Amino acid sequence: MSDSQTTTLQPAHQHHDPSLLVQFDSADQQKDASQFGMWVFLITEIMFFGGLFGAYLIYRNLYNPAFVAASTSIDIRLGAVNTVVLICSSLTMAMGVHSAALGARKLLVFWLVATLVLGGVFLGIKAVEYHEKYVEHHIPGANFDFNYERVKNGEQPVPADVATQTSIFFALYFAMTGMHAMHMIIGAGILIFLIWRAYKGAYPPHHYTMVENFGLYWHFVDIIWIFLFPLLYLVSRSPVH
Amino acid sequence: MSTATQNSLALEMPSDTYLNSSYGVKSWFLTGDHKRIAVMYIVSISLMFLLGGIFATLVRLELLTPQGDLFQSDTYNKLFTMHGVVMVFGFLVPSIPVTLGNFLIPIMVGARDLAFPKINLASWYIYIIGMAFMLAAIISGGVDTGWTFYTPLSTQYLTTHVMFTAIGILIAGFSSIFTGLNFIVTVHRMRAPGMTWFRLPLFVWANYAASIIMVLGTPVLAITLILVALERGLGIGIFNPAMGGDPVLFQHLFWFYSHPAVYIMILPGFGVISEIIPCFARKRIFGYSAIAFSSIAIAVFGFLVWAHHMFIAGISTYSALIFSFVTFLVAIPSAIKVFNWTATLYKGSIHFDTPMLYALAFIGLFTIGGLTGLFLGAIGVDVHVTATYFVVAHFHYVMVGGMLVAYLAGMHFWWPKMTGRMYPEAPAKLSALIVFIGFNLTFFPQFILGYMGMPRRYHSYPPEFQVLNVLSSAGASVLAVGLLMPMFYMLWSLKYGEVAGNNPYRATGLEWQTTSPPPTHNFHETPIVTQEAYDYESQTEEVEVVG
Amino acid sequence: MSAGGDHIVSPKIYVTIWLILLAFTGITVWAAFQHFGIFNPIVALAIACTKATLVILFFMHVKYSPKMIALVIGCGLFFLSILMVLTCADYISRAWAT
Repeated sequence: MSDSQTTTLQPAHQHHDPSLLVQFDSADQQKDASQFGMWVFLITEIMFFGGLFGAYLIYRNLYNPAFVAASTSIDIRLGAVNTVVLICSSLTMAMGVHSAALGARKLLVFWLVATLVLGGVFLGIKAVEYHEKYVEHHIPGANFDFNYERVKNGEQPVPADVATQTSIFFALYFAMTGMHAMHMIIGAGILIFLIWRAYKGAYPPHHYTMVENFGLYWHFVDIIWIFLFPLLYLVSRSPVH
Repeated sequence: MSTATQNSLALEMPSDTYLNSSYGVKSWFLTGDHKRIAVMYIVSISLMFLLGGIFATLVRLELLTPQGDLFQSDTYNKLFTMHGVVMVFGFLVPSIPVTLGNFLIPIMVGARDLAFPKINLASWYIYIIGMAFMLAAIISGGVDTGWTFYTPLSTQYLTTHVMFTAIGILIAGFSSIFTGLNFIVTVHRMRAPGMTWFRLPLFVWANYAASIIMVLGTPVLAITLILVALERGLGIGIFNPAMGGDPVLFQHLFWFYSHPAVYIMILPGFGVISEIIPCFARKRIFGYSAIAFSSIAIAVFGFLVWAHHMFIAGISTYSALIFSFVTFLVAIPSAIKVFNWTATLYKGSIHFDTPMLYALAFIGLFTIGGLTGLFLGAIGVDVHVTATYFVVAHFHYVMVGGMLVAYLAGMHFWWPKMTGRMYPEAPAKLSALIVFIGFNLTFFPQFILGYMGMPRRYHSYPPEFQVLNVLSSAGASVLAVGLLMPMFYMLWSLKYGEVAGNNPYRATGLEWQTTSPPPTHNFHETPIVTQEAYDYESQTEEVEVVG
Repeated sequence: MSAGGDHIVSPKIYVTIWLILLAFTGITVWAAFQHFGIFNPIVALAIACTKATLVILFFMHVKYSPKMIALVIGCGLFFLSILMVLTCADYISRAWAT
């Protein structure tokens, strides 16, 4: 039997810095593989949210007047502020990765904490919004009544079938922002862990892949919101219809 | 090491293997070794397969008589649902990738382990948790929606444990995603020096293609299940017509994953066959590039055909036309593989070892299953045979006659590598024959039943269908015997089987260059690859293959 | 080294992108109150896509990463578009049948 298919190059076990895992041949390979893996994971997230965006697309086309009415009823100021908050948190996260690359440990901790704070602000505003929806009977289910708020404000109530269709908008609103918020909460949890580890000096310039990969996740969650904001809050607010 | 006189050499088990490198519960349950994780998966999915088989047995028992006399109709609904759910999500989707794939892919690419061993271990735990939820659902009374969970039945009208089951499937889906992610990164980034893409074994290409599907399709299932859970739990109405929702939207989202899922199941099976045929025909595979590219083509095209499950659901005729047309296209890469395997056999020196028996059975049974898929893809025919036993026969031909047979082929082929022992050849050949006979007896009558109009998922039927149903149930009992036999003789071989040596079949591939079983880090020294794959023609000595 | 982290992006670029993103946010809010008819959603999505692209290229370092990463993203977006386009094809064409 021939064994010419393989010859030997180097022993399988090598001694390197402690952060090099045994299955990798070099720190470069480890970092490359790690980052590639993170991007593949983000693709799964794209497909995850994609299902919701697909459903949204279909219903918006089917029930356009209901979507316009429903979208106009949610608070654009809170939505816009949240968009700004998340964009700022992306900046702070990018600055955090930058500090890690330069080995500036205290700055890294500062930027990570800033990102966490901004994330917390986002979630807080979201909670306020959800409470508003609850008070206004916009949560689909037994208490749903789209015309409740409109009548209360002295606006013209929408026809009954349009009112029913707005529950689809709100179902999607809660599903999409809810999934997004869940991702933010998980991100905040990981951020707390990262802050603690960064404080302990676990992310020197030659091994800060974890911070970088988390940054990718955080930016991705920001991108989801960048799409959610116009789709949910800005369907059509022009006074002329 | 020469294996020319293997039969006369007293081989010994290697001293340093992944099995004896460390002992104790923690060394297994906290392992990062892809080989140990593969073994844990083999045990887990075998248990799930047995469970799914029990449900199948009960279904076939009920169908012996035209009246629904063994079970209530609601109970029967639960039986076929749990059979489907357990088999699809507990056995078929993980199957070859998590067992043979986990074990072999790092070795085949020349690496010491997968890219992310901890994620690999996590995926096993996640699978177990998912199965636990499913078991909890079964024990608390089961689900009767059909494995397809169509709305609004699953969201509005049923009081059974849809949530538990949906959560279990959701969790198991993450296991699948992590496995696929691991494989993709490993194949891209961890190949040994000289191992170019086109020197990779086709088994790797097949699992790579399946991994692409796992990663892209499963998340859509996840969000679909979450929406079903929200609808059931909170009363939102995305799929509820009374609230403006569309039940067909559920079907679109569900089948967007579940059709590519069948390619997750079959592609690794194709990979196994592509390894076995050249080895036991002693010939280089015919058309390596064609098989490699067709795997990728199937992965891509498989995402374009999902609504062929929905021809009578109320989709527009025009979109049905598109989906039907692409369904015909997706058959082409599969056919290319069948032609290439057959061409490999032509003028080969064929050895009828057990893996080869299963591989030959695969080619025939998969062809039947695949062609009947084309009948179903033709809208006019589909209108008559959809939701009948014709569909049931079709997918059992591809899933059982295809995928399960390939799984058995692969388990037999690589059993010596994984365990260091040969299985006993005579019982193995006998059980292969019994499986083949039992399988055809079970499912061929179902094509006829479906064509004659017997609907699926019914626990009673008109008396004129009884003869065929009895044949089918008889076949099922034969099939059960054939499938249970390997459980016994494989376990027997662990202690009493002949020691295999590094390469009992004189196969090519990096996995055969290392010991059986391999050491924990797969190779004592990192290999450099200088030769093309399947280089059987340069082995000129005619040697009797062990078995 | 080939991964994106090798190339250290200057904070100036980050701040510039941040300002552009904020500007676009303002524009999209303004545009929502205008009457562009059929172009309202198109403008909104175009702006969102531009913002997303900027985040991907600069904050996520894809501009400085190996081409493989861009290919991976492209694949994801391609399959996402299949999901949306083919599902929508069904809904849109239902009305065509007589």
